[in-house]
Amino acid sequence: MRIGVLALQGAFVEHEQVLRRLGAEVFEIRSLGDWLRPKDGLVLPGGESTVQGRLLRQTGLFEPMRREIAAGLPTLGTCAGLILLSPLHFGTMSMQVRRNAYGRQLGSFHTLGSVKGVGEDVPMTFIRAPYIESLLSPQAEALAWVGGRIVAARQGRQLVTAFHPELDNDLRLHSHFLATL
Amino acid sequence: MIITERMMLNRQLAQMLKGGVIMDVTTPEQARIAEQAGACAVMALERIPADIRAAGGVARMSDPAMIRGIQEAVSIPVMAKCRIGHIAEARILQAIEIDYIDESEVLSPADDVFHIDKTQFDVPFVCGARNLGEALRRIAEGATMIRTKGEPGTGDVVQAVSHMRQMQADIRRLASLREDELFEAAKQLQAPVELVRYVHENGKLPVVNFAAGGVATPADAALMMELGAEGVFVGSGIFKSGNPAKRAAAIVEAVTAWKDAKRLAELSADLGEAMVGINAQEIELLMAERGK
Repeated sequence: MRIGVLALQGAFVEHEQVLRRLGAEVFEIRSLGDWLRPKDGLVLPGGESTVQGRLLRQTGLFEPMRREIAAGLPTLGTCAGLILLSPLHFGTMSMQVRRNAYGRQLGSFHTLGSVKGVGEDVPMTFIRAPYIESLLSPQAEALAWVGGRIVAARQGRQLVTAFHPELDNDLRLHSHFLATL
Repeated sequence: MIITERMMLNRQLAQMLKGGVIMDVTTPEQARIAEQAGACAVMALERIPADIRAAGGVARMSDPAMIRGIQEAVSIPVMAKCRIGHIAEARILQAIEIDYIDESEVLSPADDVFHIDKTQFDVPFVCGARNLGEALRRIAEGATMIRTKGEPGTGDVVQAVSHMRQMQADIRRLASLREDELFEAAKQLQAPVELVRYVHENGKLPVVNFAAGGVATPADAALMMELGAEGVFVGSGIFKSGNPAKRAAAIVEAVTAWKDAKRLAELSADLGEAMVGINAQEIELLMAERGK
């Protein structure tokens, strides 16, 4: 299984390490040349969505990436990756998101929660995280809630989390993503 | 050392900044330019290091009202500097919910012996270091991110290069030692043996390590990434140059595309006047010598 990891900015190395531990082949996407390599799935990592969004447009990756995700390329987006898939950027997932929903860094937190299809007591690390205010398509399904807010969801082949599964030593969410490929 | 959940979250925020550029800004307008150019965070301060040098006198924490103005202007993390050892300035910055405090040698030190016990704070701290020993001492005090000191406000990258090379060489040397040699290494580095052991086992610091001090061009930023930096602070280099917005955007992309010389050539073209700069050996005040 070959997974492309968007490597413009942020915590992409952490995703690569988890994916390799699960036996996936991984490559970094920084340019159009990288994008053209064959792949079974895509990971959009955490970081700053404003930076990643700008670099996606500056490098010409934005439109080809949006087209393939819309056409069904399996994609995992975490934190900033979730925001990239929202109408603020690609708009391939019909949802309303709130950026920095828990405030500044003092509002960052760690908790455990259940994620539908993944399991119970999944570690969830929220770093200046967003949450999903509402899902706007009948095809979209909420998978996890924290404090009554949606923090994980899927729509077609797109899977998003507001938290960072790549930061905790728990492989279940990535394993679930790979199993759907 | 006990790593609390809060400390972990603070280290993890630094992980999210990797591959990014943190820019010094002095006004909300500059903060917006920096954010639009792709800065992953901004450092709010009254005067950039080059002007602190020019003005002389005592440099202190910025006015909280000025910092608030910048917090309101952008959605990316906002950092601010306090003086080395100035516990009260740090508490004030925590009270206004700053995202990261830089306990910085760019300001005049408030304490010529002690750094702040950063384990007593909930907000994260980044500290400067010229070598592995300094970096590990700051991490033991609770810093959750490290940057090279470089020589701020000069536009001369030579000190940042020297500090980054020194740190990486120290790390490689530690990694090559036998287990029973780590105690002596800790003694030489003047750092806790448990942190020395971490570096020995992992071949890296336990926190993110950025380059800072004298970065002025996309090529400077790419050089620092080549030498092992995980991201770059740019202080005076942007808003002391002819076309800040264009230069800022070019440095941001250079940190991502640092291996791609063709792209770097395009990014380096037509940026206008770079900051004039002073050679690090021509200046009288060596900020990097502050706080060891």
